[in-house]
Order: sequence, then structure tokens, then C-alpha cells
Amino acid sequence: MKILLVRGVKKLDKNGKVISVKGVYKNYGKQTVLEGIDLDVTKGEIFGLLGPSGAGKTTLVKQLVGLEEASSGEVFLFDEKQPSLSLIEQIGYMAQSDALYTELSARENLEFFVSLYNLTKQERKERIKAVMKVVDLEDAMDKIVAKYSGGMKRRLSLAIAMLHEPQILILDEPTVGMDPILRKSIWESFNALKESGVTIIVTTHVMDEAEKCDRLGMIRNGKLIAIGSVDELKETAGVDNLELAFLKFGGEQHAS
Amino acid sequence: MRVKALVIRILKQFKRDKRTMALLILAPILVLSMLYLVFGDDDYSPRIGLVDIPEEIADQIDLSEAEITYYDEESSAYQDVEEQNLDAYLTIEANQPSITLEGSDPVINSAVLNWMQEAFEPLTGQSSSQLDATFIHGNEDMRHFDYFGPVLLGFFIFFFVFLISGVSFLRERTRGTLERLLSSPLRKWEIVMGYVIGFGLFTIIQATIISTYSIFVLGMMMEGTYIYVLLITLFLSFSALTLGILLSSFAHNELQMIQFIPIVIVPQLFFSGLFNLETISGWVSWIGPLTPLYYAADALRNVMVRGLGFEHIYIQLLVLLSFSVVFVVMNIIVLRQHRRV
Repeated sequence: MKILLVRGVKKLDKNGKVISVKGVYKNYGKQTVLEGIDLDVTKGEIFGLLGPSGAGKTTLVKQLVGLEEASSGEVFLFDEKQPSLSLIEQIGYMAQSDALYTELSARENLEFFVSLYNLTKQERKERIKAVMKVVDLEDAMDKIVAKYSGGMKRRLSLAIAMLHEPQILILDEPTVGMDPILRKSIWESFNALKESGVTIIVTTHVMDEAEKCDRLGMIRNGKLIAIGSVDELKETAGVDNLELAFLKFGGEQHAS
Repeated sequence: MRVKALVIRILKQFKRDKRTMALLILAPILVLSMLYLVFGDDDYSPRIGLVDIPEEIADQIDLSEAEITYYDEESSAYQDVEEQNLDAYLTIEANQPSITLEGSDPVINSAVLNWMQEAFEPLTGQSSSQLDATFIHGNEDMRHFDYFGPVLLGFFIFFFVFLISGVSFLRERTRGTLERLLSSPLRKWEIVMGYVIGFGLFTIIQATIISTYSIFVLGMMMEGTYIYVLLITLFLSFSALTLGILLSSFAHNELQMIQFIPIVIVPQLFFSGLFNLETISGWVSWIGPLTPLYYAADALRNVMVRGLGFEHIYIQLLVLLSFSVVFVVMNIIVLRQHRRV
């Protein structure tokens, strides 16, 4: 996939980290949602955040995007502290909700979102075509989004996140409601993006999807309980599947 | 330009949502038509000026039931009427009483004329049907609807624009698209301006249709320049839509948006001149000048009933504009809770 550089490539920090989360805590009133998160993501990596709902995945992801700020601690992207306007064009964010204008057609949604970025008319057209091909929605381009199925909305939402060819894709539960064949093809395109140097952060609570990530962070009750490649995690836990590893790492708080 | 993209998208959404579009235009027309058909009467003690009345006559007329002020010169009485410190003034020439009324409020008009008839009864021993009455604005045939019309016109435009813009911005927030806009290079002011312009374009159409219908179909009194009416209603719409967007930030769903109506919308109606502002208790009368409708109603009445020109509405227009500017700035500040930069 051709990479359009909207504002030039951002510098990586000296260790080649694209994302650096340093001691992030997040409180809502008395409730602590994130508790001392530290993690680094390297360029061209697919990094998974695995954890049950309510673990704090979405909150962490929003810190990365710059939509929320840490109560303490810092988030750096390309060596620049979030939130920062100059980072925004480098990020493609897909939230847990589909965030689509359902009364408009898919094309109208795409045309609207793509026009928020500094692209030429020709580039816009090409981008819309390219992303819709990735999510296999070319035939439903002019359908009103309200008539889309759940999975189709999810795919359109993903397409919009990729629209401006961001260097970092942050995807909150991207494949919910998709059938296995489509899920497979979406992951193939993730891998293709990764090959072209895009860094992808994916949250999931599905184990088989987590298996496909280069590295994983396991989150439970706002804490990062383990971090590493799938094989490393299994090895450290001394088990042969991720689910057992997750239980093991979270074990001390787990009664069963 | 990014704002333009936002404007185009809002207009496209309007085009799809025909019901909302109809509500914005047809509902005010429907309600105004109904009010036109159903209107009642009131009681009022008029403020009368007596200009150079011979004492022997003044002693004989019944001055109760009115606030009386004495003048030496007709010109100063006329000026007070113009400035609405006085409802009417009385002169006597060649033993023939003649009254000059401000004339724009039919309730006051009939109160003044009724008072005159009763006041001169002891003098003439008969009801003075030969009474010579002059109206500075309006005329004897003016109906209540003509006086309330301008306020109601402003009110319904305000009400529906407030509601629809508030709900659409609320939806932007609840379905997550606001978050997506904020994770794009859109600046916060661009989001607010996009909404102001997108809805603004639509409210131009709405305000034009409703004003035109009220004036030319319902026959609402129209003494001044039509374009001023459009200008005032447009400025009022801007304040309504910026306020709607602002308050939507404090609502979690559509129902909570509706809950703002009795708190924010209805009081404006009470304090904007639909009811005589001088009969309102002192301890709540300060509310009026804090509401956009107060200024819009005054300006609309100046144009539609009194036929006054731009010099009598520009201050109100400026106040309405200031309301919008304040609301826009507050909107941008509120958006900071979603994205600090």
C-alpha cells in the first residue's frame, strides 16, 4: 500500500519506539481505571491489548489517541507528548462505537472524513477506493449506512480509520461482529500495513485474535499484568495456550 | 476547507431527515396559525399625559384608573410617548378633547380608549363617541395577534432551532462521531463554526418561510421593512443554535435535552414582552434582559408594529450577536474536556 506522507515522517525516539507509555495512572474521581501502565511499541509492530471488558483497554487507548489525559504519567508518540495537534494526522483511530453518520451513505461518510485531511481531490478518490477494497465493501458504497449490518458498519468504521494512511492505527475491538473469513482478510491487510511500516495497536478480548499479534499486553483491573510475544507469555506462564496464561498472570486476584 | 466539509455534511443530513426539516418549518407555522385563531383580552391601567389642560376642565374629568403626568408642551409629551414612557396624551383645543396614542399594543389601546370614555363622562354627561384619537403607531383595528405576533414569531424560531441543533450535536456526541472528529485534524472552533454555518444556512430558509407565512398569509401586522425581520430572526436563530449546542453538552440523551425546555425556553417567553413587562414582579424582572428573545422581540416589534428603521434595531442585533459569540466561546471551552489541544 502506498504511503501518503501528510506532514512528513515523524522522528522515532532513539530506541526506535513509536509509542512510549510511562507510568500512566488514570482516576475518575475515586475510581482508579489505570494503575501504573508502562509500555513501549516499536515501529511496524502489531501490538495487542488483551483483557476482559472493563479492564481499562479503552481508557488506555484513548490516552494514546489524545482524547483523554493521564491523571499522572506521560504518553509519547514519536517522541512527542500527547495530546498534541501535530500528532493527530499520524493516527488513525477506530473507537468501540462505530461513529458513523447512519443517515448518509458509505460514500458520503468517507467523503466527509477524507475531506478533513489535506489531500488532493485525486488522492481522496484513490484513498476511498483503496480502503473500501480492504474491507470488501466496494459494492455497498452507495448504500445508506442505516441499512448496513453490524459487521458492515464495523468494516466501514475501520475503513475510515485507514483513510488518511496514518502511521499509527489504533483500533478498539476492530473485528467484533465480523465473520471468520472476513476477519482473516482484515488481518491479512493488517499484516500488509505492518509490512509497509505502519504500527498497529489492537484491543481485543478474543484469544485467537490475540495470537495473531506480534506482542501482547495483558490488562486486568487497570494493571498491565504481563507483556511480551505470544510465545514468551506462554513460556513464562508455563502453559500452552493464552487463556491459561492470562489466568495464571492474573492468578493472584483470581479465586478460581 | 474543513469547515466547508462539515457544513456540506450537515446539509446532506438535513436532506435525508425530512421529518426534522418539516418540524423546523411546519411546527412553528402550525402553532402560530392556531394562536392566530385563539386569542383573548386583558386589563391594564394606562399612563396618560395631560398637555396644558385648563384647570376647570381637569377638575371635572375622572383621573382615577390611570397614571397621570402633566405637561406644558405637546412636544415633550409626544417624545415620552415615542420613548414608551407614556401610553397616550390628551390635549384640548376649542373645548374638543383629542388623544394621541402610542398605539402598538392593542391591549393598551383599548385600555386608553375605555379610560377616555369613562373619564369624560362627568364632563359631557355622555360617552364621547366623537372622541378624536390619533395613533402614532398601529391603528384602532390592530388585533392582539399583531402585537404578540412578533414575539411568537421569534419564540418559535428560537425554540425549534434550539431543540434541533441541540439534539443533533448531542447525537454527534452519543454515537461517537464527535470523538472521531476530535481525533481528526479538525480544530474545535472549526467544529463549532461548521455547525453554526450548516444550521445557519438552514435557518435562513426556515426563518424566511415562517416570517413570510406569518406576514403574508396570516396577515400579521407589518409596518417596517421585511428584510429587517429576516435579519432579526436570523440573528436570533444563531443565538438559539449556539445555545442548543452548548446545552447539549450537559445532556446525556434526547430526553434530557427536552428537559431544558421548561428551564431555558419557556421563561424566555414570559419575560420577552409577550406579557406586559411592567406588570411582572420586580424580583424576577431581571430575567428578561438575560435572554436573547427579549432583544429579538423588542427589535421585531419595532420593525413590524412600529415600522421603525435600522437605527432602532441595531443595538438589539448587536446584543444577539454577543450572545452567539459568548455561546460559541463557551462551546469551544466545553469541547476541551474531550480534547485539550
